[in-house]
Amino acid sequence: MFGFHYRLERKAIGLVLAIIGVASIGGIVEIAPLFTIHQTVEDAPDMRVYTPLELAGRNIYIREGCYACHSQMIRTLRDEVERYGPYSLAVESKYDHPMLWGSKRTGPDLARIGNKYSDEWQVEHLNNPRDVVPESVMPAYTWLLRTKLRTDDLSNHLRAQRTVGVPYTDDMIANAAADAYGQAAPDSPQADGVVTRYGKATTVRPFDGRPDELTEMDALVAYLQILGRLTDAAHKPIASAEK
Amino acid sequence: MAKEERDPHTGYLTTGHEWNGIIELNTPVPRIIYFFLGAAFLFSVVYWILMPTWPLGTTYTKGLLDSDQRAYVDNTIKQAALQRADWTARIEKENYADIQKDPRLMEVVRETGRALFGDNCAACHGREAQGGKGFPNLTTQSWLWGGTPDAIAETIRVGINSAHPETRTSQMPAFGHDGMLKSNEIDNVVAFVRSLSNPSTKDLPAAKVAAGKTLFAANCAACHGEDAKGNSEVGAPNLTDPFWIYGGDAQTIETTVWGGRQGHMPTWESRLSALDRKILALYIVGLRKPNP
Repeated sequence: MFGFHYRLERKAIGLVLAIIGVASIGGIVEIAPLFTIHQTVEDAPDMRVYTPLELAGRNIYIREGCYACHSQMIRTLRDEVERYGPYSLAVESKYDHPMLWGSKRTGPDLARIGNKYSDEWQVEHLNNPRDVVPESVMPAYTWLLRTKLRTDDLSNHLRAQRTVGVPYTDDMIANAAADAYGQAAPDSPQADGVVTRYGKATTVRPFDGRPDELTEMDALVAYLQILGRLTDAAHKPIASAEK
Repeated sequence: MAKEERDPHTGYLTTGHEWNGIIELNTPVPRIIYFFLGAAFLFSVVYWILMPTWPLGTTYTKGLLDSDQRAYVDNTIKQAALQRADWTARIEKENYADIQKDPRLMEVVRETGRALFGDNCAACHGREAQGGKGFPNLTTQSWLWGGTPDAIAETIRVGINSAHPETRTSQMPAFGHDGMLKSNEIDNVVAFVRSLSNPSTKDLPAAKVAAGKTLFAANCAACHGEDAKGNSEVGAPNLTDPFWIYGGDAQTIETTVWGGRQGHMPTWESRLSALDRKILALYIVGLRKPNP
């Protein structure tokens, strides 16, 4: 057995091929299941896509590095399920490109934070966490409230997401900027379009409390308030287990 | 390949290469390395057989132990519920007054309630339930929607101005913003409201207070009551006590009257079980401090 290795080490091409062969075992084990992902991941036919405003908020979440301290992945452990809610399912990240599961929790998990707290709280907390949670170590994100949200590139963001498999329609892509504005301004003419395109369950409200102005705060709060609520697939197995 | 040579001092083979009289030893890998390599490989083989490991297209090798992380977590949660069953059953069945009479049961309520409160309520109401601007203090005698355990449990269930279909709804109109009161009228109402909770306030001219009283009767009394003691049917706060959600100074009261208030408390029906809500209601009642 070791004699074989001695001989192999003396053959450059043979050794390279052998290294490739051995190293790709790990790769195959990770990649091969992706070929059948459509059969192995749970179904969630009712799942909706992120609206342009929520997607913009998601981009801010990535830009500010929120994932460095907050995970979005409730593991199948009793303490996590009892604290945060039903464990995360693969299908819940179906439209997350890239996924933001995270691997470190300085702050709590955010996978089910949507609708847990009020918009007012989210705004105050992001503006200065110590105002509402004196013991918090989270940085203050004061600029979100005074920074206008950039919307002219949202159509391109939607198009990019469609390229990797998110089912945005042409109509959604064309109206992305208007929809982003309308979702945070309930009385505006643009608000109706959001509901028509993204469904009745879409939350249309002035997230930062000021409907006349579209800020980064609007986007980030809209995103936080939808976390864990794109589909209720995760709540079903738990409900059946209780009965 | 050079011919095999054995080093006379160590007894090991040499590599067969020689540089200026220096010969390299071909020291073998220590046996212990092979031992651990073999042990690790054996362990992995046993693990493949016992546990779910290899992907097979749309399925995977299940392993002899039939281990499933989802079943495992469901099971541990069920086990934990069983362990608590003796007291959870009593809390579920008995009414609030009976539970409050039992010191041992209330001990459990305080322990469990503290964890539940910390995970869910403390973000807004504060770790010690002391509240903050816009988030009510829960340790006072002043309750917008009633302070009985029943009323509190219901508030937790449906929320206030929340997405729940049966939500408690309280909308203080924006009297200034929507043009219902002129700014001097707001001034007068604010003076009157301040005089209620703190009659000794010196800087309030009697004429303004009197004018404010008339305006109050016409505009505010419908919700806050003729005596301004509030109405828990509509979540209108008592304006005669020293407790304020947004603040009782002239500036803040004026902001409140001008722009209105629509406080929001989320619904917890889908997030917390009926048992958890009952424990929380009892826990919160237990935090109450007597009036100062």
